[in-house]
Parts: sequence; C-alpha cells; structure tokens
Amino acid sequence: MIGELIDGPLWYFAFGVFVLGVIYRIISILRAGLKKDFSRPRAEGSAGALRTLFSRFIPRRDVATRGRLTVIAGYLFHLGLFALLIFAQPHVTFFSERITGFSWPALPYWAFIVSAELAFIGLLLLWLHRVLHPVTRLLSSIDDYVGIGLVFLVMLTGCLALAQAFEPLRLLHLFLAELLLIYFPFSNLMHAFTFAFSRAYTGATMARKGVNA
Amino acid sequence: MSYNFAKGIEVLDQQIDSRIEAYFSSCVHCGLCAEACLFYTETSDPRYTPIYKLEPMRRLWREKHTFWGKFLIKMGLSQPLKEQDFADWETLVYDSCTMCGRCSMVCPVGIDITYMIRKEREGFSAAGYTPVGLQEATKRALTIGSPMGVTLKTLKAALVHVEKSTGLKIPLDQSGADYMALFSSMEVVNFPEYIESVARIFAAANVSWTISSEAFEATNSGIQIGSHDAAKEIVSRVVIAAEALGVKYVISPECGHAYTAIRWEGPNLIGRAYKFEVIHILELLDQLQKEGRLQFTGKTDTPLTFHDPCQIVRRGGVIESPRTLLDSVSSGFVEMTDHGSMNWCCGGGGGVSANERAEDLRLKVFDRKKQQIESLGVTTMVTSCANCRIVLEEGIEDREMDVEVIGLTELLAEYLMDNSTPAA
Repeated sequence: MIGELIDGPLWYFAFGVFVLGVIYRIISILRAGLKKDFSRPRAEGSAGALRTLFSRFIPRRDVATRGRLTVIAGYLFHLGLFALLIFAQPHVTFFSERITGFSWPALPYWAFIVSAELAFIGLLLLWLHRVLHPVTRLLSSIDDYVGIGLVFLVMLTGCLALAQAFEPLRLLHLFLAELLLIYFPFSNLMHAFTFAFSRAYTGATMARKGVNA
Repeated sequence: MSYNFAKGIEVLDQQIDSRIEAYFSSCVHCGLCAEACLFYTETSDPRYTPIYKLEPMRRLWREKHTFWGKFLIKMGLSQPLKEQDFADWETLVYDSCTMCGRCSMVCPVGIDITYMIRKEREGFSAAGYTPVGLQEATKRALTIGSPMGVTLKTLKAALVHVEKSTGLKIPLDQSGADYMALFSSMEVVNFPEYIESVARIFAAANVSWTISSEAFEATNSGIQIGSHDAAKEIVSRVVIAAEALGVKYVISPECGHAYTAIRWEGPNLIGRAYKFEVIHILELLDQLQKEGRLQFTGKTDTPLTFHDPCQIVRRGGVIESPRTLLDSVSSGFVEMTDHGSMNWCCGGGGGVSANERAEDLRLKVFDRKKQQIESLGVTTMVTSCANCRIVLEEGIEDREMDVEVIGLTELLAEYLMDNSTPAA
C-alpha cells in the first residue's frame, strides 16, 4: 500500500513540485529585472558570460591553495554524485522508463562503487568542514544542514538498495529522493541551476569592463 | 545623523534585482570568499567573510522573496530584519570591505559579492547607518565640491605652482579642447606632481586639453557611502561641464574609485550615455605612446613593482596599459605573486581610508601588502591611485619599512623625451 503510494502518486507529485518549483524560482529571478547598462562596454558581455560559466570550474590560486580542502571535497562529491545520479544502472532504467523513454550506457559495478565512495568522502569532508571551520560554521544555516542530511540519506539508502533484492530498501531510497525533490526548489540546492545565472551575470558585467572574471 | 529604518528597508529592497536574486539563490555557504579577502586572511575573524557582510541584505531577500522566508516569519520561527541588524553590521559593511572585488573573482558559483556590497550600502546609507568620516566627506563633496574641501581657489593656487615649475600655461575652461582632465582632491593637495606631470606630458605629446573650473574633482564619495542621489549629483557636475565645453574625452586621473564612478557607474547614475568618452590617464598615455606621440628616454634600473589599484585594474579593466608603460621606463620591473586582476588591495579603498574609525583595522590588514613587498625584496613601489598611494605610505610608515611609493604618471614624466614629435 505505502509502496504503491511511493512508487506512484508520490513520485509524480514530488517530480511535479521539483519541475514546477525550479521553473518558478528561475522565473522569479528573471522577473526581478536588470537595469540597462549605459556605460560604453570594452567588449561584448555575452562572450564573457559564456567564458565565466566555464572558467569558474577551475579555482584561482587563493582558493586552490588556502581553500583546497573545500575545492577537492567539492569536486569529489559533485563528480561522484553526478556519476551515480546519471549513470548508475538502476537510475538509467528508472529514468528511461519514467521520463526519457530511452536509455544510455550505465556504469559497470566497480565504477559505481568508486563513484559512491568518492561522493561519500566528498560529502563527509564538506560536512565536517562546515561543522568545524569557523567561517562555514558561522555562515551555515539550517537549510545547509537539511540539504546535506537529505543528500546523505538518499545516497546511503541508494547504496544499500543497489542489490535490488530487498524491495523496502528501494522504496525507502525512492521515498527519500522524493523528499529531496520536494525540498529542492525551496532550498539552496537550487544552486545546481542558479550557478549558471550567477556566473553568467558576473562574467558579462566584468567582460564589459574588459576583465576576465 | 538621523536614522530611518523604514527607508533603509525600502531602499535595500529596491536594490534586489535579477543578479542579486540569482546570487543569493546560488550561495552554498562554502566560505571560499573568505580566503580571498585580506580582512579575513590577516585577522582570521570569520565575521570578515565577504558573504557574511551581506547578511542583512540576504535576510531581507529571504524574508521578502522566498517561500521559506515568508513561511517561517509567518509561523513566528524566524525574525524579520531589525534595525539592530543595521547597527550591528555597519562596521562590517563599511570598515572591513574596500569593495576591492577579489572575492567576486574566486566565488565558485560566480557571485559578484562586491556588487552586492555596493548595493547594500545604499540601504545602510538610507537608514542612516554610515561612518561619520564618509558622511562628512560626502557632505563636503556636495556643498564644497570636494570630499577634502578643495575649492577652485585651492586648485588655482596649485596650478600657479605647476605653471611656475613647468613654464607651461595650464588651459582652463577651453571650449572645444579634445580632452578634459579631472583630478582627485588628494592629487591637488598631496600630489600636485601629478598635475605637473600631466601638463608636461601633454605639452610634449601635443594634446589639446583643458581643466574645467566647474568640475575638476574626480572623486565621488556618493558611490563609497552608497548614496545614489549624492553619486548622481557629483557625476552630473562632470557631465554638464564636459558637454558644455564640448570635449571628446574626459580623463579619469590616478584615482581608483573615481574611475569606477565616472567610467562605469556614471552613465547609469544619470540614466543615459555620455556625449563624450571616458578614458583613464594610463590608457591615454599608452595610446599616445603607441601612436608615437609620447616618447621616453632612458630607463630606471631600480628594482620596482606595481601595485594594481583595484578599481582601475580588477574592477576597471585597465590591466595591460600600466605594464606596457612601466616597461618603457624601467628595466627592473618585477611583478608581485598576485598581480593584475588578482592583486591584493592596499586596505583603504571603498571609503575605508576616509573612515577614521577603521584606521587600526586598515593598518592591521596592511600585513598582506607588507608580505607581498617583502617576498619580492624591492624597495620601490609604483602605483596609479592617489588613495592607494597615501594608504600604502601610511602602512609603510606604520610598519617601519623602507619602501618608496611613486605615481606612475610622475615616473613617466621623469623619462619624458621633451622633443617628442607630434603625429601628423
């Protein structure tokens, strides 16, 4: 009964909240508007927007040295998570059946394990850093901890459910993922989408001034 | 100064545009911006983390523009922004941020924190939570015409000296000149050598220029304190004078924030494009040299380095010109580890040097510049901002260092070939 709910209506509800919520958030950002810039540009903003969108994947010296733990942990977590989310065999099957209608090659089992380990190491390091470092401890809000907690639980139950032999574990994983989807648009997990806007805005403004941001 | 909390909230909310919404939506509180900020690196005080200085604005954004913010306040689980927050954050917003823009260069999600500090100051200024030093400077700029109280009489007195030492006639209010030069109060009062150098270089390069008696002040306290109205009034004076004289270009002097004010913010403050172009003095000198109108003779072999003024280089885009120019008069020019668009601020930009309350902190964070200079082992530092120069000199004196600071335009004038032939 609960299983059917999680596998059926709740999934559609969560997915709907996620999609509509993300669209709503992006529209609100765009609707806030930008004033026209009358200053004479040195270069086109659009090229700078595109450049900064990609160049910020590579950390500048300060951040790469003084902040290397955050950078390394951040990369481990994000790369591991994306590999799992998009290329784990059960996910490929799930997405192709429920969303896309087509499938793609999945990770072999060993690569799944490696990705999961990297993602867990990254996430735990980021969490420890958040709790222990004075700067992140001061900055962090309940939102940051809820986000980390939910992602951690989703990843944990996902790994436990990998064998797919024990249906309740798969349902628990799906249920937590649904909670995450519902929570997503209201939280700073939104950075997964809005980072592109932020980088582009900054890149464009700075490019107009002739600075490669 | 009277306080007006409601006005502060209203103005702060008006600043929230698409950029700010995207920025706050993207921040994951990673804390990396702290590593780029000299106020944090030199004190290890987490309150100096750049994004933390934006807490009042972030709270207002959350309370007015997000679901959770509205929900939690309605449920009584979260407090709306209070007047006490303005009081508590005032020193973070004004004393511990020079708007140098280093944090904006390193944020992994691309947040332009400096842009938001500039906007947050609008709210603080409207609410009346601003440092006395900046209030007075802005008042003097609006009433007398200069934050340091420099009047036309003061300028004329300085020009008499310049004319005497150069033997040149300084053009005043000449309609139809190509260029109209602006100066910062600091240059008129502390570094008149700059005016002298400009006069000699322009005579040698045969530049048609003038100074306006109506608008010769380049600085703009309005953009430092965060008052759109004051900033607009100060910029308008220059625009009116330049358009009345019919000049093709206005020259921004060796002053960082003046360049940001007149070059980048000015047209937006007045709501239209100018009928002239703004050029930084270093861009102009670089251009004159490339055209062959400006030639130098000899080079100094003294080992020296260049301190990049944040608003001219990182936030202004004049990155290569100072280097090209320095190379033509110096054989001992070496770069600091972090230079160009990632240079470290002198510690006194963004109005910090006009804010007496911030002096101890400013001198403390000078340690960063001290390390940079000492690791390079040079004893001569060239710069192109009168404010950086005075802040650097104060830091050097405070730390009992043996380092000389010189203005780039003056250095160039020393090696000027007087018989430069004007281009046809």
